[in-house]
Amino acid sequence: MIELILDPLKYDFMIRSLVTAFASGAMLSILGPFAINRNMGFMADAIAHATLPIIAVGVFLGFSISELGVPAAILIAIFLGLIIKNTNIGEDTAIGIIFSSFFALGFVLISLLEVTINLEDLLFGQILAVSTSDVYIVISLLLIVLVVVIVYFKQLLFYSFDPIGAEVKGLNTTFLNYLFLILLSIAIVGSLQTVGVILVLSMLIIPAAAAKLVTDTFVTSIKVSIFFGVISSITGLYLSYFLNLPSGPSMSLVATGIFVLSFIFNKVSKKGSLATVTIS
Amino acid sequence: MNTKEVNSANIPLIISDGCCVHFGSSPALESVNFSINRGKKVAVVGPNGGGKSTLFNALAGLIPLTEGSLTIEGSTPEEAKGKVSYVPQKDLINWNFPLSVKQVVEMGITTKKLSSLRNRKQVNDKIKKALKDVGLEEKINNNIKSLSGGQLQRVLIARALAQDSEILLLDEAFSAVDIGAQEDIMQLINSINLDGKTILIATHDVNNLEEKFDEVLCLNTHCCAYGDPSEVLTPEVIKEMYGSHSELFNNKSHFKTEGNNSND
Repeated sequence: MIELILDPLKYDFMIRSLVTAFASGAMLSILGPFAINRNMGFMADAIAHATLPIIAVGVFLGFSISELGVPAAILIAIFLGLIIKNTNIGEDTAIGIIFSSFFALGFVLISLLEVTINLEDLLFGQILAVSTSDVYIVISLLLIVLVVVIVYFKQLLFYSFDPIGAEVKGLNTTFLNYLFLILLSIAIVGSLQTVGVILVLSMLIIPAAAAKLVTDTFVTSIKVSIFFGVISSITGLYLSYFLNLPSGPSMSLVATGIFVLSFIFNKVSKKGSLATVTIS
Repeated sequence: MNTKEVNSANIPLIISDGCCVHFGSSPALESVNFSINRGKKVAVVGPNGGGKSTLFNALAGLIPLTEGSLTIEGSTPEEAKGKVSYVPQKDLINWNFPLSVKQVVEMGITTKKLSSLRNRKQVNDKIKKALKDVGLEEKINNNIKSLSGGQLQRVLIARALAQDSEILLLDEAFSAVDIGAQEDIMQLINSINLDGKTILIATHDVNNLEEKFDEVLCLNTHCCAYGDPSEVLTPEVIKEMYGSHSELFNNKSHFKTEGNNSND
């Protein structure tokens, strides 16, 4: 067993991939519980797809996807936030328009600029190709997400639970809104090489949803979500290595497996209702 | 002389002078005039769309006025943030979050200054006191999903008490709770009011307002009347607020049959 675990570590590319998988899994899972409780799955999917034009232009200019992470994330978050705030067509509709039009624009730019991108890698991830600098960038992004969430935890929680109450209390809700969107965008863009544009949503949502099924408190659900997210990404990578499977889909399927087990556990232990649970 | 008597002196705390709020071309509030003294317990009544929540949002500094002025101790609502606690309608809160009662009440003490939460003992004492005031001390570690509608309302009131502001706005505090819970909430509001806080409650229940409140503000976009409920709730005012539905209130013996004290 130990040999099986250690075997991939003899390759540098696997060590880089494992560290990146850990960082991506943790980064997305920290934000996942906020995202699912705020029903932001569609928004997260839109952020992932809206990155495509930036990736196309960035790769054309000689940057890697990870190097584009922070600036791309800030641009996308501000743009999405402004569009949603300043249109009266409904949040879902605005997100849907951005989602599809940016995805289409991305493909058109890839074609026009003759960018050399493997579309399958872009859509489903190619973690085995990460460079050492990519690893440092993803770890840095994880640290940024972790520190900001810890520092602003109470404010973000208040705003997420009761945005009106938070504003009346004098919290800067516009700042908190954009802060969370930027963090979400950073985590998504930083994880694109790990799981790709299509599957990044699964690593954000599924570990958090599984954690919600087996925990009683929000703080615990974040901790368990991180655990599930890291287990999913690392196990998925090992499965990919030993069974010669695509890495992104393997991670996503492991997360789904954990969700199914959590669902069964939830039903068996009658924890679906939190009605009688007290928080220690 | 108790605290309320001291604070109920005729000192205007909230003054609305021709307050107007428009959403696009639609008026939500039109030339609303009233003056609420410190320590008063005021019912805000009117039909759906009559401007009750809009007035609360304006008082809380959430929406700007189109015309006129609205002041709290001489300051605009934006400047007076912190002096007002707002208990919004329950459906505006995201109950998906599995939070403890303690976490919700702590939000009343949460500020934009990150360092303000360092003194844990002081924060915990404030939370315990607020929960004791609303009679939910023993529920401090319970998940909010385990509470009844009435208890949830009391948790939100505890959060407002923890904020320790002078004015408490409660939007639809009695909706979706049974009669017993409504009675409990009213008793709680009375005790808070005795501590000198000024309380405004938006409600659809116009029964026995004179027994429960010092004053009533009748809104139907404009101010139909403001004053002592036993004096201002006339059939004319009821008709002005509820139009053809006013006949539903005609048999209420406590409505005065003459006069109209509209401020407009």
